[in-house]
Amino acid sequence: MLDQLGLLIAQTILISIPLILAALGGVFSERAGVVNIALEGVLLTGAFAAAVIGHASGSFVVGILGGVGAGMLVSLIHVALAVGAGVNQIVSGLAINLLVAGATEYGSKSYWPANASRSIPEIPYYRWSGIELVDTLSGRPLVLITALTIVVVTFVLGRTVLGLRIHAVGESPQACETRGLSVMGLRALAVVTSGALAGLGGAWLAFNVGQFQHGMSAGKGYIAMAAVVFGRWRPLGATLACLVFGGSEALAAALERWHVPVPSELVSTLPYVLTIVAMAGFVGRARPPAALGVAHQRA
Amino acid sequence: MRAALNELLVLIVAVLLSLGVGAILIALRGHDPFMVYGVWFGEALGSAGGRSQVIFKTTTLIFTALASALAFRGGMFNIGAEGQIYLGAFCAAALVFVLPASTPGFVAVTAAFFAALSGGAVAALIPAVLKVRRHTHEVITTMMMNFILLSVVNYFLRFARESAEVVRTPPIPAAWRVLRFERGYDGNTVVLLAIVLALFITWFLRRTRAGYAIRAIGSSPGAAELGGIATGRVTLGVLVASGAVAGLGGLNFVLGSPGYFEQHFAPFQGYLGIAVALLARNHPFGIVPAAFLFAVLAEGGQAIQEWAPPELGTILQAITVVFVVLGAELFARWEKRRLAHA
Amino acid sequence: MTNAGSANAIEMRGVTKRYPRVIANQDASLSVRRGEIHAVVGENGAGKSTLMKVLAGVTRPDEGVVEVGGKAYQKYTPEEAAHRGVGMVFQHFVLVPTLTVAENVVLGHEPRKGVVFDRARAESDVLALSRRFGLEVDPSAPVETCSIGVQQRVEILKVLARGAEVLILDEPTAILTPAEVDELLAVLRRLAGEGKTIVLITHKLREVMAVAERITIMRAGRTVTTVEVKSTTQDAVAELMVGRPPKHEQRPPARPRGPAVLEVKGLVARSDRGPVAVHGIDLVVHAGEIVGIAGIEGNGQTELIECITGLRAPQAGTVRIAGTDVTSSDVATRLKLGMAHVPEDRHRRGVVLDFSIEENVILGAPPDRYARMGVLDRGRMRTETLALVKAHDVRPPDPDARMSALSGGNQQKVVIGRELGRSPRLIIAAHPTRGLDLGAMEHVDSSLVQARANDVAVLLVSAELSELLAIADRIVVLYGGRVAGEVDLRSATADERTLGAMMAGKTA
Repeated sequence: MLDQLGLLIAQTILISIPLILAALGGVFSERAGVVNIALEGVLLTGAFAAAVIGHASGSFVVGILGGVGAGMLVSLIHVALAVGAGVNQIVSGLAINLLVAGATEYGSKSYWPANASRSIPEIPYYRWSGIELVDTLSGRPLVLITALTIVVVTFVLGRTVLGLRIHAVGESPQACETRGLSVMGLRALAVVTSGALAGLGGAWLAFNVGQFQHGMSAGKGYIAMAAVVFGRWRPLGATLACLVFGGSEALAAALERWHVPVPSELVSTLPYVLTIVAMAGFVGRARPPAALGVAHQRA
Repeated sequence: MRAALNELLVLIVAVLLSLGVGAILIALRGHDPFMVYGVWFGEALGSAGGRSQVIFKTTTLIFTALASALAFRGGMFNIGAEGQIYLGAFCAAALVFVLPASTPGFVAVTAAFFAALSGGAVAALIPAVLKVRRHTHEVITTMMMNFILLSVVNYFLRFARESAEVVRTPPIPAAWRVLRFERGYDGNTVVLLAIVLALFITWFLRRTRAGYAIRAIGSSPGAAELGGIATGRVTLGVLVASGAVAGLGGLNFVLGSPGYFEQHFAPFQGYLGIAVALLARNHPFGIVPAAFLFAVLAEGGQAIQEWAPPELGTILQAITVVFVVLGAELFARWEKRRLAHA
Repeated sequence: MTNAGSANAIEMRGVTKRYPRVIANQDASLSVRRGEIHAVVGENGAGKSTLMKVLAGVTRPDEGVVEVGGKAYQKYTPEEAAHRGVGMVFQHFVLVPTLTVAENVVLGHEPRKGVVFDRARAESDVLALSRRFGLEVDPSAPVETCSIGVQQRVEILKVLARGAEVLILDEPTAILTPAEVDELLAVLRRLAGEGKTIVLITHKLREVMAVAERITIMRAGRTVTTVEVKSTTQDAVAELMVGRPPKHEQRPPARPRGPAVLEVKGLVARSDRGPVAVHGIDLVVHAGEIVGIAGIEGNGQTELIECITGLRAPQAGTVRIAGTDVTSSDVATRLKLGMAHVPEDRHRRGVVLDFSIEENVILGAPPDRYARMGVLDRGRMRTETLALVKAHDVRPPDPDARMSALSGGNQQKVVIGRELGRSPRLIIAAHPTRGLDLGAMEHVDSSLVQARANDVAVLLVSAELSELLAIADRIVVLYGGRVAGEVDLRSATADERTLGAMMAGKTA
């Protein structure tokens, strides 16, 4: 019984990692005033790039770096469209998601001919204690990296000068302009950072499954966005929200494992239903950054 | 007039740019772009069968794009067409269990129309109510509904399937099927319904009080409220109507070919509808040619699989959207600057 | 008489700036001595804001020279101006509401320990700066919790922290209570005493006479002249501003007033932020009278109007229009009862900028006026729009022209024409002349007087006492969400001083 619970918690953590990374990116980006719907596409891009580069290089480290880099590149499109040209941020995000969906499928079919093995090198897993939960928390490099990322993001946003400026540019870009700060520069930085984080999350997705699969982000980018709202645009709050959402997916899988007689299709909707419930219950309580979603024009 | 010409220019340039990118990708695979494009457009436009397939794909895209555009005009983002089309098509196909096989075709088709409409409307209901009551942003809720509906309908399919082995609804009686344009291919008369709907929505938005209310809320909700427009009711109505229109997107499958509902029968068409709407700058009537363009890109993509994966079509579609959206924005800014310094 | 360059902090010559529809500045000039308090006055549209924008480096002039401290501007950027020691405090504050006072002041030049923001030093620096210039602030308070007066001090500190020697203040007293105005003027005198040069843009002559040393008057884009305050009078300056002796306007003739059309009893309402903004107001407006609501912005006027028009639900009290209780009715019901409204925020509430003039004219109309069975009657829409455009001299007179292409004054004419065109029983006009040029202002005011002659009940909210004194029959002064005083101009005379006292909370 206890080891089932431990397994459940371990699974929750593993499933939540891409959510957390993407959500941290979302917090960064939205704090600066840019809605980043393209997180979904960036997750997918990160997964694809990590798979291809990992496969080609035979090294999981290079694969992960590839995922991060690809995430940053794709998010540059969002920077160009939404921050640079002033295209509606949601429209820009949707267009990128569309492009990524087609491009990753095209890419994977081109890189791996029909029957080739798609498997990619694994990330080492140091099972030293024999207890699943303990091993997950301490023996998986990416869990530790994610924990570190949470700390770093919280620190940067809360205590550094950069964090102060990002906060300012999301609340009042006009005020920043009068102080000589570059609104576009700050926002571009925030979006590219979110791309790096989501790219890392996508890389994890690919390595966890062992290969790149069509559409493997499965709405996680959108769930991450909901976690940002749920967590009131704070890194720790968003992380907790992701754990809740990830937990629901782990629970769904666990119910199957435990042969609970609930139809599998319905059980699999749990994370999505929970997201809707969370969104419906939490509006009006937290105030989003005042300039969120508003394209900025130089005076 | 000038604005429309400019938008057309932006579209043409965007298409050319995307074709250019496609040419580069084809060349990178070691093939001759002209030859491949020749097969691409030759197949899609040059053969009767290809044209029929293009018409078939255009039909679905018109419906999902109209749904998207209607919501956009009302100031909202309906990303849920993917799920709304799924539930709508299932409801239409499930009529096989409700109506006797001897029902005259005309009656059955009408019933299917309303069933699909209702299915799509119900699919959009939760996001719509949450938006009006709790101000929940519809982007995430409609997106989540896609995943939920996909699973839920697949669950319903357990009870509605033809047999244990065959995972689809039973085919509709021959008397219910709509006319096909070309034997052996899929294009059918539901496309006429789609075009009529596009015309109707164009007229509706411009010429009726309800359409005016929708546009006013989309442009300036504050002024609409002060003008006595019932913003809550209209918002709910638009999102539900948008879902209903998307629900129709599967009629050409259920009533035409293949004549039943099966899992993943129209993958991605909901999302593509959003792209088509963006391409047409949310003008309901412009959606018809924009959908046609996308259908040509998709159909041709199927035809060139010997040289490149069919997703090349998706890439070209996406790049076209990116350039159109970018071009329209840059153009609007340029216009503003021009007026300011005239 | 030219001083040696070192005595003049600012020298502007031959400044010309053209915009598409108007020449904002024509050969304008300004010279300001170091350490003086210099006012630039003029009516709305006289060109003073544009001239100041040039000085602040926000706008590049088409012709002319700007010299600060003897050196000419090259690039006309805010950075260049800041570099030369010019700092501008805008009329509409640009503060980050969720950040503290100190954070706002140091933003962009934050003290730091490595990458970490040195909050303690920022707060102590700001405290020291504020003490030095007598601008009391609490550095750790979030700006959104500060009063308007304090927020203005933060704006001034921002500019001083960057080493400004020249401070330009644009309409600084528009939103201050009389007590806050006095505090500000004292601060300005202290700053001038420390050697700072102050340029004050305003149209409030009384304050100018109280604090400035010299006044430059602008009219129609040109500099008329510069006078010494000691050797002139307020009336003389007003005459120079307008080009003719100030018309002490004829009040509209007395009229018998009709039945009560708007009755507000015991209204209590909260503001958006939460605290109660309206603490029990009673108000009656009769047919054929103009009731003015005076008071500094932020004393409950906005919430009161929103409750009357149906945009906000009150906590207590009733609102009746033409005898019917509409307290919980929606906007559409009130419109049907004959309510018309010219909102304060024209762009967000008054018009749909993306629509044409014609499509804006039908906004708020009863359902069957322009539509038959749900379908719009375009013919009727066109006829009536053309009539409105002609009657109110809207430019351009093209019904298909986009609202966003019209000037503010023309947009307001469309709004007034539309609202009055419904033959309402009651019209509520909130700050209808704000930001308009003189011609448009006169048009709006005369339309309201005309409505009064047609037995319409008019409720006018305005920050300009002169406007209310000119056309209102009764003036109700709001302070702190309550009625602080009322003056019936038909039976008593009142002047700005008594009303000003009421506005400051000193009840009669």
